[in-house]
Amino acid sequence: MSTTARATLLALADQRLPTGGHVHSGGVEQAITDGVVHDEATLCAFLRERLATGGLVAASLAAAAVQVSAAELAQLDAEADARTPSPSTRAASRAQGRGLLRLARGAWAAPASDIRWGDLGDRPHHAVVLGLAARAAGLGTHDAALVAAYLTMSSVSTAAQRLLGLDPIALAVATLGLSDVVEDVAATAAQAATGPLRSLPDDASTLVDLLVERHAQRTDRLFAS
Amino acid sequence: MGANHEHDPYEHLRDGEAGPLRVGIGGPVGSGKTALVAALCRTLGSDLSIGVVTNDIYTTEDADFLRRNAVLPDERIVAVQTGCCPHTAIREDITANLDAVADLCDRLPDLDVVLVESGGDNLTASFSRGLVDVQVFVVDVAGGDKVPRKGGPGVTGADLLVINKTDLAPLVGADLGVMSGDAHRVRSGRPVILSSLVVDPSAREVADWVTHELAHHRGEHAHEDQGVDA
Repeated sequence: MSTTARATLLALADQRLPTGGHVHSGGVEQAITDGVVHDEATLCAFLRERLATGGLVAASLAAAAVQVSAAELAQLDAEADARTPSPSTRAASRAQGRGLLRLARGAWAAPASDIRWGDLGDRPHHAVVLGLAARAAGLGTHDAALVAAYLTMSSVSTAAQRLLGLDPIALAVATLGLSDVVEDVAATAAQAATGPLRSLPDDASTLVDLLVERHAQRTDRLFAS
Repeated sequence: MGANHEHDPYEHLRDGEAGPLRVGIGGPVGSGKTALVAALCRTLGSDLSIGVVTNDIYTTEDADFLRRNAVLPDERIVAVQTGCCPHTAIREDITANLDAVADLCDRLPDLDVVLVESGGDNLTASFSRGLVDVQVFVVDVAGGDKVPRKGGPGVTGADLLVINKTDLAPLVGADLGVMSGDAHRVRSGRPVILSSLVVDPSAREVADWVTHELAHHRGEHAHEDQGVDA
């Protein structure tokens, strides 16, 4: 990894990157409403579940996107849909993909010599754009997986911090304690991405999917998902 | 990161033409932003094609108000969620709002003006220049006549400051002369309008300002096009 690529890795994992992530809670707004999450300990349990399921899937898709061929783009999109059973989660992923794509178009001329940003359509899955942005920046599969896994955790924990008014330092300490889980997810995802696309991990959390779908029915929500 | 300076990330919104004038309407909670948006839609809606993006705390409150009052058909109003942080959505990360404006433009290609109403925030809120072409900041007399003196980016930097609910001034003991004088002092010549939707439900002065800005917006782009041709 070049020095420039390392700095880009940090930028891609920075929640302040303006790609619309801050309006999504990853299901935690509903988890809080339903009493599933109410303090640092219950939040960390929720984060572990998210990381092991949607986090692993996103990390695998991002890693796969780093080495996807132009001919496989449509299949990768379909594989992402197939691994995201909740329609609202699919919509949230595509909304954030659209945001990241806008930024990526400005930052890198193209994701690869044989792939143009326009080949992704208007609303690609976030993990796919993330992987291709990582590739454009000269990063590898493991890097892309690490960013995807890390963002799964950081976006949810930030939303929970806002909603519950948790002590931000205590929460940062707690999530730093999950670093090994993030690393394990990224390593598993990078390994999985060496195989065929159809064999990428497909772990899903029924709890999270139900929370996201219940959330989408509400009219009094602060987050888009 | 290899910046690609040739590509304009907002190209899809502009597409070589001026596109609609995007007007940000910001200001503290309860200052009358939604009522002003409704008045502008009623006053300008017969001559101009208008769309509205709302940024509520709870998603659809302001959008519902506009629908209930039938100032615009449903398809011209979009509500975005702001993730518990309204000013992030109009300044630091404008993605959700950019997407809402882009979707409105796709659906209604004839749009002249898009009003982007911020969620009620505080005096530190302001819009990113990436999201809006001009911005209006609305404060109200009942919030206290010290507000313009306190400043903040909205009061000092907005393209137009509206001091709203002037009819309440005698009831709350606010001195309009002080408010107006302080406002002009901190705004380096930028305009200030004293407004009361009770006295003038059409918000005529603000509507005229929007019309003027629209003409300027179109003139600017026409000028740019000429520049390209030459």
